Amino acid sequence: MHGATPALDLDLLREVEQFVYREARYQDELQYDAWESLWTDDGVYWVPANGGDTDPTKQVSIMFDNRARIATRIKQLHTGKRHSQTPPSQLRRLVSNVELLPPPEGATFGPAGDVYAGANFLVYESRERGVTLWAGRSEYALRTTDDGLRMAFKKVTLVDSDRPLYTLAFLI
Amino acid sequence: MTSAAATIPWDELIEHDRVHGSLYTDPDVYAAELERIWYRTWVYVGHVSEVPEPNDYVLKSIGPQPVIMSRDKQGEIHLLLNRCTHRANLVCDAPKGNSSAFRCPYHGWTFSNTGKLLGYPFNSGYAGTALKSELGLGRVPRVASYQGFVFGSFAEDGPTLEEHLGAATDAFDRLVRLSPTGEVELTAGWLQHKCKANWKMLLENETDGYHPQFVHSSIFSVAASGIGDLYGEKSTAVCRDLGNGHTENDLRPEFRRLDQPLGWFGTDPAKVPDYVDQLTAVHGERTREILVDGSPHVMVFPNLFIAEIQLFVIQPTAVDETVQHVTAVQYRGAPDMNRRMLQQTIGSVGPAGFLLADDSEMYERNQRGVQARNPEWLQIKRGTHRERQDENGFTVGDATDEVPQRAIWKHYRSLMEA
Repeated sequence: MHGATPALDLDLLREVEQFVYREARYQDELQYDAWESLWTDDGVYWVPANGGDTDPTKQVSIMFDNRARIATRIKQLHTGKRHSQTPPSQLRRLVSNVELLPPPEGATFGPAGDVYAGANFLVYESRERGVTLWAGRSEYALRTTDDGLRMAFKKVTLVDSDRPLYTLAFLI
Repeated sequence: MTSAAATIPWDELIEHDRVHGSLYTDPDVYAAELERIWYRTWVYVGHVSEVPEPNDYVLKSIGPQPVIMSRDKQGEIHLLLNRCTHRANLVCDAPKGNSSAFRCPYHGWTFSNTGKLLGYPFNSGYAGTALKSELGLGRVPRVASYQGFVFGSFAEDGPTLEEHLGAATDAFDRLVRLSPTGEVELTAGWLQHKCKANWKMLLENETDGYHPQFVHSSIFSVAASGIGDLYGEKSTAVCRDLGNGHTENDLRPEFRRLDQPLGWFGTDPAKVPDYVDQLTAVHGERTREILVDGSPHVMVFPNLFIAEIQLFVIQPTAVDETVQHVTAVQYRGAPDMNRRMLQQTIGSVGPAGFLLADDSEMYERNQRGVQARNPEWLQIKRGTHRERQDENGFTVGDATDEVPQRAIWKHYRSLMEA
């Protein structure tokens, strides 16, 4: 997902920015159902391990959720017995460098969108263990719907995805 | 140098059915463990499929020590210490690759992938080349493998690998028997899951049949899974002391009672017809029994956990920090089954796994809890009144009993007092 930005559509950029900020707020504030409603019915949520260039059908990933597994993840969080999020992590994240991007070339391992975007993030996570910083890049395939933008594919590449990581049980 | 292990009163800290909290927190205990366990007994290092071609290498570890697992051009596997014999720089920094030699980036000393010192720049500074024969890379003196699993021991002498594995060899045999080619491959890459807990919190949990219904109730309540029932009061599964600190949750009694081929994997033969055909071509009429019995759940002391479709490797990095490496088992030549095992692994384990994220949370809370000094002891007495010998003379208990934990500590104490 690299290359020149298409002719800049400022209204669309603003809409995408508002979308990713809203997604970040839902994640930080544990609004699980609101976050889940941002997905299309065929959504895929991928957090690769060992760099961003692996094939998740052949190599392990930190997460590689199809839509059913996203729903399971949310249900598990709702049980109140997901110990790694009970109590939940206290979170605030900064999202920046939001860009509209051209459609990716080659295999993406997720469904297509009609709008593509990327953003960088830094998450400050506070738990009993201590503070953990999570930095990385999110790449989105978004779809325009009557309810606004929705995520068909979100790929989250952590800067340190190839190193030992603490438990990552909140929504990244 | 005084041995750390010799100064610690192990008999006062480890009893048959309880162990002292300081065993998880005392830096001297950790130092003694490195000396008596990690740098002495057989420790799992890597798998032959990670270095399939001549001159392949991969970086591994034994406890905190960095190790290069290399395959030389004749095909022999070596475990070399990743430390230049000159001034201790790492001679290899790429996590894996193919090379017949390693060149230290600091002063250019070059070593073959068998550990031999090939040369150093500006020979005149050493009055010639005589040092070359003396300063090969440090090596793990004993290297042996079983069913492709490569182990190393820093002890020049001692039990052979097969003597060390003992009854646990059966776990490897059962694992590879499920592959149509009789071989597994560890080619799916590794997740590295770090936690702030002593390594023995993980070791003891791997074959703890008491925790799943509590630690994993969240996922059992929202996703169809038969795992919880395997570890209930009514389960006919047993836990077993396999000797030498190796322990097992033997789920076969339950799988045989349910009598569903591939039921242990939550699927059925119709979903993976190619795999079942391949396995039938090898095992014939025995295939059904093999598919009912499923894959082993065995903790090989001290660091390799065979968890049905995953392999975990426990790496202590400090007295209160451990990295758990995990990968999906892949059967060589069975793509339909491999795809499913990989996706189930990604869902279950690693930092975001439906199961392991919560196990890891428990390890860290255990480590914080054990800071409290009253009570001083951890209880491992569950099922002492009903443990028994099986037909092969191994001690077994009910599915949720603490036979495995007692077995681990008994062996641990024997090593520490040796």
